[in-house]
Amino acid sequence: MPERYHVPTVPTPGRFPKTGKYSIVDWREDCARCRNCVKNACVSGIWPLERAYDRDPTTPLEPSFDCRACLSCVQGCTKGILSLSVNPAYLMLGDGYWSREMLSTTWAQAETGRIPVSGAGYRGPFCGPGFDSMWTDMSEIVRPTRDGIHGREYISTSVDIGSKPLRVRFDADGVADEEPPLIELPVPFILDVPPWGSDGKRLATARASAAKTLRTLSVMRASQISDSDDLDTLAPLLDGEEIAANEPLLRGARLVELSDGPQVAHYVKQALNVNPRLVVGVRTPFTVHAGERLLRLHEAGVRVVHLCADEYGREVDTDEPRYLRDALREVHGCLVQEGIRDEVTLIVGGGIALAEHMAKAIICGADLVAVSAPLLVALGCRVCDGDHDASCPVQIQEIDADYGAQRMVNLMGAWHSQLIEVLGAMGIREVRRLRGETGRAMFLEDLDREAFGDIGY
Amino acid sequence: MTSVIERPVTGAEAGRPNGPPPPTVERVVRPTPDRYRNPIGPYKVRRSADCHSCAVCVDVCPYGVHVKPAGYKLPLRPRDYLCIGPKCAETDHYCVEHCPNKALSVGRNPTADAIGDPRWTSDLLLATWRQAETGSMTSFGDLEYRHGASGGGFDALRFRFPQTLATVAPEDVDTRLELNRRDDGRPRVTIDMPIYGGGMSFGSVSIHVMIARARAATAWNTFTCTGEGGYPERLQPYDDHVITQVATGLFGVREDTIQRVRIVEFKYAQGAKPGLGGHLLGDKNTPDVARMRQAVAGNALFSPFPFHSVYSVEDHKKHLDWVKAINPRALMSVKVSTPTDVDMVAVGSYHAGAHIIHMDGSYGGTGAAPDIAKKNIAMPIEYAIPRVHRFLVEEGVRDEIVLIASGGLRTADDVLKAIALGADGAVVGTAEIVALGCIRCGNCESGRGCARGIATTDRKLIEQVQVDWATQRLINMYAAWRERMVDVLARMGMRSVSELRGRHDCLRRVRWGEEGTDD
Repeated sequence: MPERYHVPTVPTPGRFPKTGKYSIVDWREDCARCRNCVKNACVSGIWPLERAYDRDPTTPLEPSFDCRACLSCVQGCTKGILSLSVNPAYLMLGDGYWSREMLSTTWAQAETGRIPVSGAGYRGPFCGPGFDSMWTDMSEIVRPTRDGIHGREYISTSVDIGSKPLRVRFDADGVADEEPPLIELPVPFILDVPPWGSDGKRLATARASAAKTLRTLSVMRASQISDSDDLDTLAPLLDGEEIAANEPLLRGARLVELSDGPQVAHYVKQALNVNPRLVVGVRTPFTVHAGERLLRLHEAGVRVVHLCADEYGREVDTDEPRYLRDALREVHGCLVQEGIRDEVTLIVGGGIALAEHMAKAIICGADLVAVSAPLLVALGCRVCDGDHDASCPVQIQEIDADYGAQRMVNLMGAWHSQLIEVLGAMGIREVRRLRGETGRAMFLEDLDREAFGDIGY
Repeated sequence: MTSVIERPVTGAEAGRPNGPPPPTVERVVRPTPDRYRNPIGPYKVRRSADCHSCAVCVDVCPYGVHVKPAGYKLPLRPRDYLCIGPKCAETDHYCVEHCPNKALSVGRNPTADAIGDPRWTSDLLLATWRQAETGSMTSFGDLEYRHGASGGGFDALRFRFPQTLATVAPEDVDTRLELNRRDDGRPRVTIDMPIYGGGMSFGSVSIHVMIARARAATAWNTFTCTGEGGYPERLQPYDDHVITQVATGLFGVREDTIQRVRIVEFKYAQGAKPGLGGHLLGDKNTPDVARMRQAVAGNALFSPFPFHSVYSVEDHKKHLDWVKAINPRALMSVKVSTPTDVDMVAVGSYHAGAHIIHMDGSYGGTGAAPDIAKKNIAMPIEYAIPRVHRFLVEEGVRDEIVLIASGGLRTADDVLKAIALGADGAVVGTAEIVALGCIRCGNCESGRGCARGIATTDRKLIEQVQVDWATQRLINMYAAWRERMVDVLARMGMRSVSELRGRHDCLRRVRWGEEGTDD
């Protein structure tokens, strides 16, 4: 039996009291002290926690944030003195991109490491911008994963980073070219530097440790890396001029990311001179000219490109940015058109906030994604608009590295399981085959035109 | 050609020659209040300590908010769920104005604002509860009972009524749906409304809920579905109104269960978790459930995906043929999800011999499912219906097969919109359990299960839902839905619901946020 990839998730509660959605307002003044108090019948066991507070005031009093809003107590109370209300603090969470629901589900996944499950149907808006207006396919009858739910452990989520020559050349002595270095990761994501706030030592250590457990890579600025760090799980991020000063790093690492610039082809060669077995990627902003830039980089011999969209998953440097959903398809198509898609590894980051974004980015043409903001949210970040370093309300920079790593591992473990759900439903056995499979996805505009095109306003 | 059996063969004739006659359930609307002490309404009425019990409010309120039974010194706590809110101030019976001591005040109910979501808004939940209570669509104050606020799909469609006044009287509108359009010698089965109940298995919902659904289906001469959890004995009296499911786990499927019913449903996939199979948690697999499913109690039960014996249309036909041979009077329904090739799946099922194609879109579903699947896998039903309808028309087989839509149809308006998009009828699941008091808290799968006593097998919790009450709530809700359907069809000038099928010209789109006047 082949080795199975397994993410060791461990329940890891948050460091701060939960900001739950609901609270129950209890108008105790009118309480009749009746014997059949609805609080005793609470199915989720929330009210007994409140009773504990009554007996022992040192008990924290925020149990009702765990309330599941079944309304049994509100509707059953003899005097009708209970009301359900939405916690105002909950309503203040998030921003235009990171919705409250996204924060809550990410926190829950980081705590439990499990796929979010709920009943009674979908609850959100019909569709939304970007990845929220596409749907993935499922396969009704013919399934390569013949064993359905019991065969999921055989779905591969491995991807490769590196140069993949399209053909092998031979000479009189056999294979002429040396096999280029290729990094195989068991998951289609790497952990990226935070999109906001600084990448403090504890945070960087937690991320590196999570990357080790997940057997993926953590991108880290070269200046952050110390001699004691395990270079096997780190992908140093360098500007070209820093190469000379960081040669030991380049010798020990598997992947290095160089910031894009006019001299980048030269620097790539310089890095390869230091370590020919190194995979060198170029980190470039996802502009409207990303396709063109990719072709130039390919001409210059670059085979790994990390495209960085903005934190909302859109193109940068333009007044009318498109979402990754559209921009990425164009870039992917550009490479396909030139017949070089398989030679290049595309890492795409920026705005990847939920597990479905990972799957959908891959469908739109990425080989793998770079995850950054969700790692902060896993540590309790509320995406507030304060000063992220000086006055972070959840003290991200003071995090215990082992604790932080486990939260990140839990979140990414849940993402991995969700990716397998998506792949399983599509009947796709490995995530490599998901790349660019837009035929196995449905896009809002197409569906809308086809179904509602003849219905007037 | 075998002769068509015009009259439906009853379960008694087929398998129970000496059994008791099928029970009758009256199709009568009876007021059926909420089973909780404090029903939820959009407004709260507060009576302060200044009240002198003069009972002026009791005299002025025509909605029954204020009640002072004979012999009581004080009025009862206001039954504020009946209140129509501050807009009552425009009338001459506003209690707040009339109260001589200014002891009354009216405001929004915070609980009503806290429940609901864009798909099932607070208004939709409250309106569905009122429909289940009163059996009527009218007089719900300003509750929006027709559509949700999700911003797309059904919520962005409205009816386009003809300019000229329609001349069809409501009593002349025919809402019946014929479920066997194939001339294959199998019985004609007609239901009185183009709606039947979706599959909810024993184990996922309580036996009380199952029986109530079967009784309501009997009253409305339509169907309910066992889901994939076996065929509880207590459902057997309602055989003629039960669809039994043959699903991938084959739980509880026996020759006997297939022979009992008039419709057998093959479940390939379900909208809420397309391509993922089913999963009953060990907690819910009680000894009763395990016996029904022929499984071991306490173990989690997986219903795998897909049918391991079906990898082609030919395999599919083979299965249908088996079931057709086992029960020569049954119609075949095929339940599928909505992938990109759902049109091909539908036509394949037609050629395999199905009578009904049941498409289940991804936004609905009653049971627990991964959140990622509900939002992202398979297309919303609104898009699948026109695609399949059109393809079946082009293939020239549209009139030989019945196309049923489900998965996110919440209201009578949604059902009619689905029909206008090209379906023949609809399957309803969540709306039924909402009528029984579901608040859509979504915790169907956790611990003991549903706190509201619906999606649970916990012996104590299920007692919250009594069969007679639940039956009447469902009968009432369907009465209200039929009233709305007849009203819309009459205004369209249509004598039969079948005239609406595929009539895109009867719909108009609204841009979210600039809806304009409603119909």
